[in-house]
Formats: sequence, C-alpha cells, structure tokens
Amino acid sequence: MNQPIDSEPQEAREHPSAQLLRMERLPHVWCPGCGIGTVVKCYATALENSGIDLDKAAVVSGIGCSGRVAGYMRLDAFHTTHGRAIPFATGLKLGRPELFVSVISGDGDLVGIGGNHFIHAARRNMDLLVILINNFIYGMTGGQNAPTTPLEAKSSTMPFGNFEEPFNLPHLAASSGAPYVARWTCLHIRRLTWAIEEAIERRGFRFIEVIAPCPTLYSRLNKLGTGLSEMRFYHDNAEIKHGCDTRELDIGFHTEIVCGKFVDEERPTFLDLKDEHYRKRLGDRYIPMPPEGGMIHA
Amino acid sequence: MRADPTGVLTGAHFLDGDYACGEGAMAAGCRFVAGYPITPSTEVIERIARRFPDMGGTFIQMEDELASMAAVVGAAWTGTKSLTVTSGPGFSLMMENIGLAAMMETPCVVVNVQRGGPSTGLPTMVGQADVMQARWGSHGDYELIAVCPQSPQEAFDLTVEAFNLSEIYRVPALVMMDECVGHMTEKVVIPEAEDIEVIPRELTAQPPEDYQPYATNGRPIPEFVRAGDGYRFHTTGLTHDERGYPVMSSECQETCVRRLVEKIREHTDEIVRFEEDGVEQADIVVVAYGITARVARMATEMARQRGISVGFLRLVTLWPFPEKRIRDLAETVKGFVVPEINYGQMVLEVERCAAGKAASWLVPHGGGGVHEPETIVETIMEAAR
Repeated sequence: MNQPIDSEPQEAREHPSAQLLRMERLPHVWCPGCGIGTVVKCYATALENSGIDLDKAAVVSGIGCSGRVAGYMRLDAFHTTHGRAIPFATGLKLGRPELFVSVISGDGDLVGIGGNHFIHAARRNMDLLVILINNFIYGMTGGQNAPTTPLEAKSSTMPFGNFEEPFNLPHLAASSGAPYVARWTCLHIRRLTWAIEEAIERRGFRFIEVIAPCPTLYSRLNKLGTGLSEMRFYHDNAEIKHGCDTRELDIGFHTEIVCGKFVDEERPTFLDLKDEHYRKRLGDRYIPMPPEGGMIHA
Repeated sequence: MRADPTGVLTGAHFLDGDYACGEGAMAAGCRFVAGYPITPSTEVIERIARRFPDMGGTFIQMEDELASMAAVVGAAWTGTKSLTVTSGPGFSLMMENIGLAAMMETPCVVVNVQRGGPSTGLPTMVGQADVMQARWGSHGDYELIAVCPQSPQEAFDLTVEAFNLSEIYRVPALVMMDECVGHMTEKVVIPEAEDIEVIPRELTAQPPEDYQPYATNGRPIPEFVRAGDGYRFHTTGLTHDERGYPVMSSECQETCVRRLVEKIREHTDEIVRFEEDGVEQADIVVVAYGITARVARMATEMARQRGISVGFLRLVTLWPFPEKRIRDLAETVKGFVVPEINYGQMVLEVERCAAGKAASWLVPHGGGGVHEPETIVETIMEAAR
C-alpha cells in the first residue's frame, strides 16, 4: 500500500512467518505473479497454527520451481532429485517414525517423473502430507508440456496445443487410496490454510492439490495475461463442491475449476498396519522401530 | 564401538553369500532396508525381511530401484543405518540417487550382486562388468568406496566394513558382490557382538545456532546431524555452501566438489585393502577380485608348478584402487595378468598405474561362468615369455 508522505514512518516489521522461513535466502527465485509463494505462506501459517513440534517437522521437495519450496523453509529441509521427493520422504518417515513429514513439489515432479511413487505411497497410505502445486506446465525448464496440461493449452513442446489427456489428480490420489484429498487454488488463501491445518491433524497419505498461476510461461504461451488475471479467473470460475465425486474433477483449458475437500476418511497407515500385523503374527517377539528412529547409540 | 548384539547371529553357519551379506548389514547396525526384488540379489532382502521384526528394523519393498535408493538416502538422514540391494538393471536405476547420496554426503550401503549384462543380460548367472559403473555410474565428479567379497564369509565381513567406511567418510559404500559369491554356500563364522567393530553414526555436539551442515572446520568431513533434533538444517543436491544453501558459481563448485573428491583421494591409503602373495620377486603378478580371485589363485599355483615366477594380488577394495601398489610393482615385474568377468575394466586401472613400465594382459570372460584356470595359466605363460 502506498504510504501518505506526511504520515509517521512505519517501523520495518518482520515477515509474519519469519520464524519458519530462511529469511537470509530471500528474495526467492519465483517470478512476479507466481503462485508458489502463496502456498508457502499458507503452509507456514498452517504449521504455526497447528501447534505441532516444528523441530520434528521435515519437508522434502523434488526438482522444479515448486521443488525450491523446501529450500526456503526453516525446518529440516531436503531438496532432492527429480521425482523422488515421495520415496525420500518415505525413508525419513520410516527411519524416524515420530517425524511429521511433508512433501511440497510440482505437478511434473510428483505425477510426471515421480508418478509411480505417488500412486504407491497413496496405496500404502504412507504417513505423508503431500502438497502438489499444479501450474499446468514445466516452469523451471521453460514451459514444456506436463501430465497436467489441459487439452488444447499450449506449451513449448505442444506449440499447436496439447492433445494428450491430462491427469485428474484428486481422482488419481483417491483411487490410489489416499484418505484425505482436497483441491484449492492460490486465491483460496484461508481455505487452503485451513485445509493444510486439517490435513496436519489427519494421518496417512494426505493430498492437497493447489492450482497456481505461472504468468511467465503458462499464461504467456496461452495469452492469459498476468498472475493477477489468473487470480481473477479463479475468483470467477472456481466452484467449491465439497464431497464431489472425484471422477468429475477434470480441468479443461480455462474452464471451471472444482475445489473443495473430496475425501476425508480414516485408514490405518503403513506403520499402523506393519505394527499391528507383526504383533498379531509374532507376539512379543516383535520389536517395532522406536519413534526416535533406528539409530543405535550404545 | 562394539556391535549391538540384537542384530548379531553369533555362531558358525552354512550360508550363501546373499544371506551372509544380510547378516553383515544387521550386525553393522543397519535398521532400514528399502529394496526391489532382482535376481540374483533377492535373498539378501528376504533374509532381512524375515529377521528385521526381531530387532526393530524396517524393511520396505519399494515400487522400483529409483524409490529404493531415494528412501535409503532419506532414512540415512534420520541417523538410521540404511541399505539397499540390487543387481545390474536395478543398479543402473539407482545411479542418480547414489549421486545424491554422494552430493549430500550421506552414509549408506548399496549391494550389487553382479550378473551378466548389458541390459537384462544373464539374470541368474555371474558377471563382473559393473565395476566401472560402480566408480563412474552417476554423473559428475565424486568418489565413493567399493568393496568386493570373494566368499560368503567375506560377504559378511565386508558388508560390516562397508557400513563402517560409509560412516567414516560420509559416502555411499558399495558391496560389489557377484552371483557366484552370492549363491555359493560355505561356512560363515559370525563373531560375538563384542568382537565386531562397528562405527556408530556420530552426531555433532555443536548447538543448532552454531551448526552448519557442510562446515568442515579444518577436517576433511563435516559433522552430521539427523532430522528431528531441532537443527532445522537444509541439504540439497545442488552445488552448495557450508550452510547447505545452493550457490550457482564456479567458485562454490570448486570448494564443494573438490572436497567430495579429496576426502577419499587423500585417505586412499587408509581405505585401500588388498591381499598379496609372492609378488616381491615375481616376474608376473596376477590381479583379480571377487569370484575370479579364487579361480586366479588356482591358476597362479598351476603356473608356479610349471616353473613360472608368479605373484598374486587380490583387490578387496575396488574403489579407491590401490594405485600406489600397482605403480610400485610395475617397477619390478614384467607384466600384470588381469582375469575378470568382463571385456576389460579393472585392467584399464592396472594399465594406467603401470604407466608403460610393465605390460598388462587381460583375460576376458563374457559372463555366465567363471574362467577355466588353464585359460589364465596360458596368459600367464604368454606374459612370462
């Protein structure tokens, strides 16, 4: 906001999420109008509101624009290889079960190159919070086609428009077994923050898709204007339908975006099942991995 | 430190190399294994899957080898000693995350029970053609450690050793077994836990406010932390500074990558292990490793009986390579004979270190079996001529 010239100079205030951000690394790499920063803020706010022990929170990202999120979070933070954030996070969770492990990465990373891990982690109900930032395109490499690019939308490798059917991600997650599935856009700051807070309280493979503008590539290639115009589009075309059948959540080229919480169930996690199963089969013989992990001290 | 007794199956056993390798991992304190079944390595994870519930370990069968290796690197950052096991095609898939482990300086162990390649090759039959891939398989410059057992007993011993070396140098350590050793059943003596030397994961004593994940403070290797202890650290596969933050510059690349290379190169003498017999006055020295070392040992005896002056050198560590030793021997011997189950891999190292001062003779074998000792003897005789 512009400041009237005759008003008292305001003191420089700390960023409200400074405790959770690596302020020394700012400014970040994301373009003006990009939606990723919004997701970071919502995630940070949700973590703070949740009251969980943040010393026990780890965040993992893969590669790409959204793959840079972990690098700005003041948590135990891992910037890993392309597509492998979910299996890396699986190792963290199983190596020290008391950790709260989040994966924040992009559509190309998590369901393009990493798609196999996505469905298997959902199938196993691995105890991970997965936030997928979907900008419909490969941003970091310059606007190539993604497994989420809507039909007819242009990308640098589909210069005449995309003819490949994109994934419907909430449906993919739900049909793979995810017990918590939601979708929001970068415009839905409060609802997204609440969704992340709620997902933190749940257990198992929790999946939140966030639709985000990419003004530099997706919008430019498709003549959609600035990041702000995309936010206006979300305002006018996002429809909230909680509990909507996930089969009806396809996203077309600049068509309605259905948002909301679609799945919220309880299902035992991988570690619940492992412990329960071995206790039943092996009785007292079974020694579970201690919550603090398998590091042997003595 | 002595091994934790819960993982140690003390006693004399009749085990194959794969099982012995699994026992070695558990004795070394490994409590996380992620793997994907692949012949001829699968028995290692089968053994572990059966034994882990008794000792607080977690085994997970991942969806592929990419995931297995990524999970191992993740678990290693919780302080839990971690392992994966594979063979040729899976080893190829693991390469990218072996590079991530090298870049993040993550201690972990990868077992490759080598079969014939390339591609699907000979799934159930022996090969030794992944030894250069072990050294150079992931892109970019890095160093790691690879050991090579010749027997089930050594599959146990060297797996423990691989865990120890990976802890000391914070590198992925590879156990480059082969199908013959993996599927060969012999007597394996597992010592009492108190007689097994184990290097524990050592965590920094610095408080979080002073700690930087890649600050070496004059030492070759930075101090470790694990996730969940309040350090709020950052690590990345990107070129990074002492804080673990990405820096895209040739200066940072120089500092970061040079140390990855030098932390091993400058400690080669402490890491390298080999065995020799009668090399000092020999005209010819046979250099071999893994199952081929056992065949070559016999060929050496046969050549000696035919009056040829032959010494024998067995590589226990493949990487780093015993460069100095080969260079010194090249001053006195006439030639090196290198039998291996490939079309010439470690012979290139021997040749490089011999630097034209002694000849190098490859005795190739395409895989699917071991050399006939007589074939090696023929080359020895030819080299001695």
